[in-house]
Amino acid sequence: MTLTPAELTSAVSGGIGTSPQRPDGNLKVRGEFAYASDLWHEDMIWGATLRSPHPYARITSVDITEALQVPGVYAVLTHSDVPGRNLYGLEHKDQPVLAVDVVRYQGEPIALVGADHPETARRAMKKIVVGYEVLEPVVDMETAADDTPLHPGGNLVRHVPIRRGSQDVAAEVVVTGRYEVGMQDQAFLGPESGLAVPADDGSVDLYIATQWLHVDRSQVAAALGLPEEKVRLTLSGVGGAFGGREDLSMQVHACLLALHTGKPVKMVYNREESFYGHVHRHPAVLYYEHGADRTGKLVYVRARMYLDGGAYASSTPAVVANAATLGVGPYEVDNVTVDAYGVYTNNPPCGAMRGFGAVQAGFAYESQMDKLAEALGMSPVDVRVRNAMTEGSVMPTGQVVDSAAPVAQLLKLVQDKPLPAGTSSDLRELPGGVSNTTHGEGVVRGVGYAVGIKNICFSEGYDDYSTARVRVSMVNGSLAAAVHTAACEVGQGLVTIMQQIVRTELGIELVTVLPMDTTIGNGGSTSASRQTYVTGGAVKAACALVRDRLAGRTDIGDEVIDETTEWRHRATEAIDPETGQGNAHVQYGFAAHRAVVDVDVELGLVRVVALDCAQDVGRALNPQAVVGQIQGGSAQGLGLAVMEEIQTSGGKVRNPSFTDYLIPTVLDMPPMSIDVLELADPHAPYGIRGVGEPPTISSTPAIVAAIRAATGLALTRVPVRPEHLTVT
Amino acid sequence: MRVNVTVNGEQRQADDVWEGESLLFVLRERLGLPGSKNACEQGECGSCTVYLDDVPVCACLVAAGQVQDREVRTVEGLAEGDRLDPVQEAFVEAGAVQCGFCTPGLVVQAHDLLSRVPDPSDPEIREALAGNLCRCTGYEKILDAVRLAAARR
Repeated sequence: MTLTPAELTSAVSGGIGTSPQRPDGNLKVRGEFAYASDLWHEDMIWGATLRSPHPYARITSVDITEALQVPGVYAVLTHSDVPGRNLYGLEHKDQPVLAVDVVRYQGEPIALVGADHPETARRAMKKIVVGYEVLEPVVDMETAADDTPLHPGGNLVRHVPIRRGSQDVAAEVVVTGRYEVGMQDQAFLGPESGLAVPADDGSVDLYIATQWLHVDRSQVAAALGLPEEKVRLTLSGVGGAFGGREDLSMQVHACLLALHTGKPVKMVYNREESFYGHVHRHPAVLYYEHGADRTGKLVYVRARMYLDGGAYASSTPAVVANAATLGVGPYEVDNVTVDAYGVYTNNPPCGAMRGFGAVQAGFAYESQMDKLAEALGMSPVDVRVRNAMTEGSVMPTGQVVDSAAPVAQLLKLVQDKPLPAGTSSDLRELPGGVSNTTHGEGVVRGVGYAVGIKNICFSEGYDDYSTARVRVSMVNGSLAAAVHTAACEVGQGLVTIMQQIVRTELGIELVTVLPMDTTIGNGGSTSASRQTYVTGGAVKAACALVRDRLAGRTDIGDEVIDETTEWRHRATEAIDPETGQGNAHVQYGFAAHRAVVDVDVELGLVRVVALDCAQDVGRALNPQAVVGQIQGGSAQGLGLAVMEEIQTSGGKVRNPSFTDYLIPTVLDMPPMSIDVLELADPHAPYGIRGVGEPPTISSTPAIVAAIRAATGLALTRVPVRPEHLTVT
Repeated sequence: MRVNVTVNGEQRQADDVWEGESLLFVLRERLGLPGSKNACEQGECGSCTVYLDDVPVCACLVAAGQVQDREVRTVEGLAEGDRLDPVQEAFVEAGAVQCGFCTPGLVVQAHDLLSRVPDPSDPEIREALAGNLCRCTGYEKILDAVRLAAARR
């Protein structure tokens, strides 16, 4: 039986500011780390999900009779088998656990099968007969609000207006643009998976890959009609997340099957199902107008943006708020008019992905800054530096930026880095690579810059906290510590950081990280670049309580010191619904990129030659992990720039596979030189600033700027495709 | 059907195997070796890379019946007891492991590269690892790890 995650103890020492090895590293390289899809129970059966082939249809009938007769099938369940609330959702409870009389997106779950083998389940699903009355899908985000209402309150999920300064001021130099961002997928490698084990008392244990155990639990318990204490969640190994595991996937489904059959149920999506099984990054259409004086100083920014939330709300309200409040970028602008709209359509549901609303706006405002530079005859770096935010600057929300905002410095750092040598003569380093499409003819080079801003932690008045428990006792004659939270390790290295904090705070080398589960209080979400900040803060606070009780002792005999505490960052405020004014965010993070590209203009092939980044991280608790985050975030930005898009047609996904949805390979990624600034934020534990998301924002526009510089093309849409470059 | 196969030097037998099962499924679900990963199950990501008679293959693309009487070596068979293979050691040290889901496939693929090319150039490393997707690292620290392992061998 493979169920229980390992306690993680590494023999490696190292407090904050050093880069000790991950405590789960050895298990991972040996293939012995138990991911959610690796779980196994001798008595288990397999769960599978029947999904809608239509983006929008009325369900007229569901007949499960024949499916139930397939040998090896234990259960076939529909919405009528959901004992509790058949609706869930992160912000609005609008998404059915199993569809009732309508499906609103292709891939919406309708029925579940529990069977002795995945193939038995697949065959049984083919025997379920669903009658559909196919309806005309709503797919255009710009007109969706006035189209057929898909939900009782209509199709506008949220409108966030920002009004600051004069709304009708004029400027000497004006540039306008319309920009589009395609639907990006998190494409975490470990598919949605888990194992639900029923207990005799009607309760259930769920071993799961997720980003937030407690919010999963509350939604699962509500759907099962159980009190929360009867639903116990334990984090399994998580194969990446990037926002795509904030919403439920198979959590309720596996528990339903387990409680119905009395057997442990394993569910594992394959890659195609994974594309249907989680939310994506909102595609967006953004209209911008920037006005500046002749010196390049911004006079105003006006923007109207549409974000396609797809069939269910997920985290659309918060994504829209980010796009709006961060919509002018890391620049000082006195006069701002922004209207951001998040809408329902029959496209795939969209929600959280690394960068969360700031990515879409970032591509648009940085494209505009380049356009402005061109109109003014200034360099792209100069026009940005001319308007760069600094500590003390005022956001379009009226919030004063009250810690370091080294925007100009970050730009200069990447500008001053050595440029790569000229276009290579090695086939392997040219666009097209060993496909042997060019030996340099038709290849042009370009350099582009971008900088971005991201809010760190949860915003708009959310009570954002984490809970940590630190226990100290004697082991083999020395003090040893164990740290316990419900904060999800998804690959980012929180397990290492927690050990480092305990070592630093208590001077104890041997630190065990206990499995993350719901036997302890809420750890908050692994999102918004917040876990080192908030759970790190909680671990630090718990250590302080333990340290008081230790009182300098190095031998505590049989005593066990065990302290649990909650820790929250400073409060934020809701924004005014009419003007968008308010201290909405906790902290801001900044990164800048310089991209160098070679473009084969005859075939429309791009090779990114260099992608250098400078980022302020406040304080690097683990420098190696910080650089790893920046490089990984930059890579996802490269993907959005030149290859990654879930393509839809009439609401249907055309490319749900890694054959057709491309993510960067090692051949697509250039060397990335990273400069890390450590300008401590006095409000944050150890001065840290969240790291994970800022690099994803500036990477994309820097690459597109470089392609524009190489080709002279306008390029208003990402990802940039070959046909955009060959203009064919 | 019954499948007899040597895995990591041990003679193993799997019974009641459905003919449509892959080597990956048999390893993970029937032989208790889930180290090889199920990221795409269509030969695009390399996470399930194993040696089949000393040649790296995607285990998801090999039908279970094809391994009858053959030798398979998985990521679980690289370390010697507590002693990691130099490639494994380098991946941990260089920070090439984040979520780790791509790691088993990359470790096997890099292990194969270094057994063929002891001192590979960067373009050679990139070419060898081009079939292995990683979503966390941007590959820089994976390249560091392979260089480090090469230097130590």
